[in-house]
Amino acid sequence: MSKDIAKEKSMIIQKEMISRLFKDLSTAKETGKKVVYTFVPGNISELILSFGMLPVYPEINALQSGMRKKSADFIRDAEKIGHSEDVCTYVKCDVGMMINGNIGPNGEKIPEPDLFLLSYTGCFTFMKWFETLKRLYPDVPVALLHTPYQENHKVTPEMTAYMVKQLKEEVIPKMEKVSGNKYDEEKLKACLRNSSKVEDYIMKIFDTTKNVPSPIDAYFAGVYYIGPINNGFRGSDEAVNYYHELYNEILERVNLGLGPITPEGVMEKERFRLVVEGPPNWTHFREFWKLFYDMGAVIVASSYTKVGGVYDMGFRVNPEKPLESLAEYCMNCYTNLNLEQRVELLSKCITDYKADGFLVNSIKSCNSFSAGQLMIMQQLERQLEIPVGFIESDLVDPRYFSYSNIKNRLESFFQMLDQRKMY
Amino acid sequence: MESLNEIISKCEDLSFDLNFTRAKEWKSQDQSRVLVGYMPIYFPREIIHAANGLAIGIMGGGDKKLIVKGDAYYQSYICHMPRGIIELALDNHFEGFDGFIFPSICDVIRNLSGMFKLLNKGKFVKYLDYPQNFKSHIGGTFYIQEMEHVLAEVKKINNVEITPERLNHSISLFNKNRKLTEEIYSIRDAAPWKITAADVYHIVRAGLVIPVEEHNEILEKVISLLNQESGEPLDKIRVLVIGAFCEQPPVGLIRAIELAGCYIVEDDFLLGTRWIQGDIPTDSNDPFRALSHSYLNNSTFSSSVYDVDNPKEARLLKLASERKVDGIIFAAPSFCDPALLDHPILQQACIENNMRYISFLYSENTGQFKVIKEQVGTFSDSIKLWD
Repeated sequence: MSKDIAKEKSMIIQKEMISRLFKDLSTAKETGKKVVYTFVPGNISELILSFGMLPVYPEINALQSGMRKKSADFIRDAEKIGHSEDVCTYVKCDVGMMINGNIGPNGEKIPEPDLFLLSYTGCFTFMKWFETLKRLYPDVPVALLHTPYQENHKVTPEMTAYMVKQLKEEVIPKMEKVSGNKYDEEKLKACLRNSSKVEDYIMKIFDTTKNVPSPIDAYFAGVYYIGPINNGFRGSDEAVNYYHELYNEILERVNLGLGPITPEGVMEKERFRLVVEGPPNWTHFREFWKLFYDMGAVIVASSYTKVGGVYDMGFRVNPEKPLESLAEYCMNCYTNLNLEQRVELLSKCITDYKADGFLVNSIKSCNSFSAGQLMIMQQLERQLEIPVGFIESDLVDPRYFSYSNIKNRLESFFQMLDQRKMY
Repeated sequence: MESLNEIISKCEDLSFDLNFTRAKEWKSQDQSRVLVGYMPIYFPREIIHAANGLAIGIMGGGDKKLIVKGDAYYQSYICHMPRGIIELALDNHFEGFDGFIFPSICDVIRNLSGMFKLLNKGKFVKYLDYPQNFKSHIGGTFYIQEMEHVLAEVKKINNVEITPERLNHSISLFNKNRKLTEEIYSIRDAAPWKITAADVYHIVRAGLVIPVEEHNEILEKVISLLNQESGEPLDKIRVLVIGAFCEQPPVGLIRAIELAGCYIVEDDFLLGTRWIQGDIPTDSNDPFRALSHSYLNNSTFSSSVYDVDNPKEARLLKLASERKVDGIIFAAPSFCDPALLDHPILQQACIENNMRYISFLYSENTGQFKVIKEQVGTFSDSIKLWD
């Protein structure tokens, strides 16, 4: 493992983008910019940007609090005011942060919301989350965008029409009122043109794992790659620039035959190629990642990186049908797919990216992912005769990360993969 | 005429007949009849009735079904009910069912619909997406389309065409059912010593697995018999139990609460049977619109419904005041995100309005009630002693 890691240009660009967003947020009240709280899956940030408002994503704040070891205290404080041990730790982390002054993970105060945009794609807890926040900010309006579930394997015209009506009569009027700006379809179309380009880049980037060795890790590094599009930059020029740069860097790695970059440098020998289902643990992210790269395991695809949009099956936003496109985008996020679709998608990933094994990281907090995972695992094992593994952790509650348990299970799993390779 | 005890005993048997014998027998009498199982909370049973079908409430295995295979489908931190339902499905308890409805109430029930599809159970599996937009021309229209999808599936099986007259007739039967059920709750409200909460539970639950016509007859007999009862009041506090709208509490737990010094005068057990408040019009040319209008405007409150414009804490306190309760018991299943995420909101409202409450968790197969009984007993004593 090479220890020298130079920061690549895309990393620097991303860092600058995020810090500029946080700076804009920290000065929002002075500059008069309105702030919209919303969620990553089905994040229609293009619409927010077209009104000149700034987005805040509570689950990103929660995961960053987890990575910076702040979540345990926040969760404890939320439990003190009556939140159950059994429920989503993102919610508790966010509530804990708010009742402690809403100081974000980077130490800057996060501005209070002017609007809650409740687009609850694929997760009921989002709805409960904003019901809770509404009690903390009773004067802030809520714009609800109900995304129908793809229960029957498809998006029907009726589903799209239902969402478009909600956009026109519920979401847009509230955004106009809060921002003081009229809805400008041309601006929205311009944002969507950028999103469409970015979606193409994202797919090309994650497709590079077809190479052996894979030039990227599509889970641990993948969460950084999806950062800009999921954290405020959907539809922006900056996002296009970032993904263009990132793609070129990855192509260069492909040309040089390099493996993925890890926190300890380039992974030199690729031993195992895995597809992973489920979000990562954030409180011990580095230790968790290290368990994989130390063993020469690279993740060639993950469902989690599709939580903010699935582009594998050809979906791209269509700028010429802006509201329909936003609706269809929301309905195409990973957790809005039914279990059969999830099995199909994961099966395609395992096949296309030549995976040796399939691993579930089951998250205690997240029923949206976890309920049904064991059946997904059984189906894939049966259909593809692929070795499967199962570990458990949590999003941001460090009490549920057991290093030795996970290590034991992973070692057994890798042993199984090794034996399989011998025959 | 049957005695009250005989009726209750029959209802208890029906409620926990996990082979759904009466429903299957009903179906066997006519080839065009269909059986459609539905999960909690609410489903407009009227539409299945009008299509010559019987909608059967599937409330899990409770404490009557040993879970062997179900645990292989669910992690330990997911609520108990779906593993019971999978166990029932794998053990063929639903043989003869034509379809299954999964109302949109939480992520677990939603994903369970996918599991049923993967298991190829029934001739159709429908996730029924209830609108969270409450405008008639937006959410209402979407809801009507959802109901039509269900009926299109049923029609593929029995080719029954629904007419407004048929549907209006079905609505009238379920209006009657809701009215009679409310009447029993009103009797409990006025004189809770006349019948126990556990007995009421059995009587209501029986209605989930038999034709509505038969259940209405049972309810009428029960009301008539209760009106002849006088009973002896006991020194108990009046409580409202909330949180149990999906995974049902074991009957032992309901009994334990009452034995510990409480009369349960309001609850959200089997909430779907009392979901629509008041009658749905039965003279409409467009009964689907009538069903939809009632859902949008006359539903009770619940953890599965977006409530920002109609806060549930205010509705809970109003209900508590109408039933003149001394305290509220928050009893929710372990790992139930919707119920548990509501608790801080509801409990804060209790604190602000001087409403006493206690809280505990259960699962449908909880077998030990000693701790809960002590907790409830202390709650009851403290109210009796200090009020």
